[in-house]
Amino acid sequence: MNNPVFDRIRQDLSENDVVLYMKGTPMFPQCGFSAAVVQVLTNLGVKFKGIDILVDPSLRDGIKQFTNWPTLPQLYVKGEFVGGCDIVREMAESGELKQLMTDKGVATA
Amino acid sequence: MPMEASEIEALIRQGIPDARVIIEDLKGDGDHYSALVISEAFRGKSRVAQHQMVFAAMQGKMGGQLHAMALQTATPDNAPDFAKE
Repeated sequence: MNNPVFDRIRQDLSENDVVLYMKGTPMFPQCGFSAAVVQVLTNLGVKFKGIDILVDPSLRDGIKQFTNWPTLPQLYVKGEFVGGCDIVREMAESGELKQLMTDKGVATA
Repeated sequence: MPMEASEIEALIRQGIPDARVIIEDLKGDGDHYSALVISEAFRGKSRVAQHQMVFAAMQGKMGGQLHAMALQTATPDNAPDFAKE
């Protein structure tokens, strides 16, 4: 089935190693959960592309269907869905997130 | 639209019958919860798959009717100390 929103998501994920679909932008997050993930990635020193779903309602719904995940933010590394805010925070605390980045060949500080 | 904690617990236990559900209303407004769900059904599954099982049990209310629920999942073995029986 041809879905232009899914095509666009696939393109974003193929062009960027680390993608965060979020509310607002990395500089100005519009939601505490999105802000928390931005902070985790910043602390890790990971370069990422933040995509603001608030400016595009079709993307906002599309990304939820794409991953079968009902909430935002959503973090992807090398095209693979890692999790939402709770999972990302848990993985950051245990050191798993840094390990995942290293395993996937993504530079951290 | 707010939801009662008991309603959330009932939904989760309907979908995951053996689940222990510990819910906290973070702001007292019925719209911002944290939930810890402990079940044998999570064994061997990734965190993403575990959360998706809880979302499925919530029948679309997560991210819709319920704005925010911080979610933690665990098997009985790796449940946090405060939740051990």
